[in-house]
Amino acid sequence: MTGARLTPRRGAEYASILGVGAYRPSRVVTNDEICEHIDSSDAWIRERSGIITRHFAAPDESVVDMAAAASEKALAAAGISADQVDAVIVGTVTHLWQTPSAAAELAYRLGAGAPAAFDISAACAGFSYGLALAQDMIRGGSATCVIVVGVEKLSDIVDPTDRGTAFIFGDGAGAVVVGASETPGIGPVVWGSDGAQTEAIIQDTPWDVLRDDPTHKFPSLRMSGPQVFRWAVYEMAKAAQEALDAAGVSVSDLDAFIPHQANMRITDAMMKKLALPDSVVVARDIAETGNTSAASIPLAMGRMLEEGQIKSGDVALMIGFGAGLVYSAQVVVVP
Amino acid sequence: MADQQEILSGLAEIVNEVAGVPVDSVQLDKAFTDDLDIDSLSMVEVVVAAEEKFSVKIPDDDVKDLRTVGDAVTYIAQAGA
Repeated sequence: MTGARLTPRRGAEYASILGVGAYRPSRVVTNDEICEHIDSSDAWIRERSGIITRHFAAPDESVVDMAAAASEKALAAAGISADQVDAVIVGTVTHLWQTPSAAAELAYRLGAGAPAAFDISAACAGFSYGLALAQDMIRGGSATCVIVVGVEKLSDIVDPTDRGTAFIFGDGAGAVVVGASETPGIGPVVWGSDGAQTEAIIQDTPWDVLRDDPTHKFPSLRMSGPQVFRWAVYEMAKAAQEALDAAGVSVSDLDAFIPHQANMRITDAMMKKLALPDSVVVARDIAETGNTSAASIPLAMGRMLEEGQIKSGDVALMIGFGAGLVYSAQVVVVP
Repeated sequence: MADQQEILSGLAEIVNEVAGVPVDSVQLDKAFTDDLDIDSLSMVEVVVAAEEKFSVKIPDDDVKDLRTVGDAVTYIAQAGA
């Protein structure tokens, strides 16, 4: 065997979240407006989901527009200029272009030079998956400064007449800047999938039905609420506990719990299973923002920082979970 | 193997814990949704707690057939047999 030995690259010892940015579209949609299309009520929606309002993007407002707004805020919060960013990761399932990615366009819009850029499809776990990748890219040496965005325009793929999903979802974007740090700011990821439950949350038909039958109804999201609830509460509480164990943190060390904002009832049941002490602040952004899939965790974190519920240096447990089914949990230090 | 009365009282405790329904109200002829006001998500919590308590499996597909407390008691008795 001959040939040169390749030079490996080593990255930073540790990575952390350096800044958070949140963007909610201006139009607020009430439960009463949702009930113009489904047989339900404000009281029923609040009781089943904890949702009071959600935001819908304007028809001409794209996921890249929203992602750019959140990313600019995250860069400002981190004190990082766009030209320092060498990778952009976007978690989304509502960028309705099969190709190219939202990330490449976003990087250009931010003025980030020529960073690595790609989208990931991990539904409501998209942000958490992206955060795990960013940390490993920085520690592995393939990037030094990464923007991770969760962004969704779910109003494009939710059927407003479907009683099982119409009231749940909203639009928005949340972003973080991840960079090297002196101390560990992101714990080991605990992630996985359960492809046996693909049908639990699913686009009802693939895009090619429209090619075969142009009169076909536009594909939309379907969800089996009780099935997702069972998985989310009982399996995800275990994953969250494993993330705590992997980071060497106990619930009494936690300052905040920031689960994907799927449903207030799921959050409440997870809290019970995890036996969180009263001192842990719990993200409840879903009340005003609805379920924004990949965007929900950074949006919730942004709100908690803005409202002073959490502060820099706090320890937070995050867990994303959704269609796939897929999940990803990690403990982070708040920037 | 728990008998019907044991299952009923165990189930009543669970329903009380999950939804705050008084134990005495949980009777065989009561419907979970219409009489006890247990919605589909609370029903999942009841079912999972029952699975743990009685060491049985109650798949999602079977849950929708459990209309009354009596249906659940019968199901658990048979599943545990």
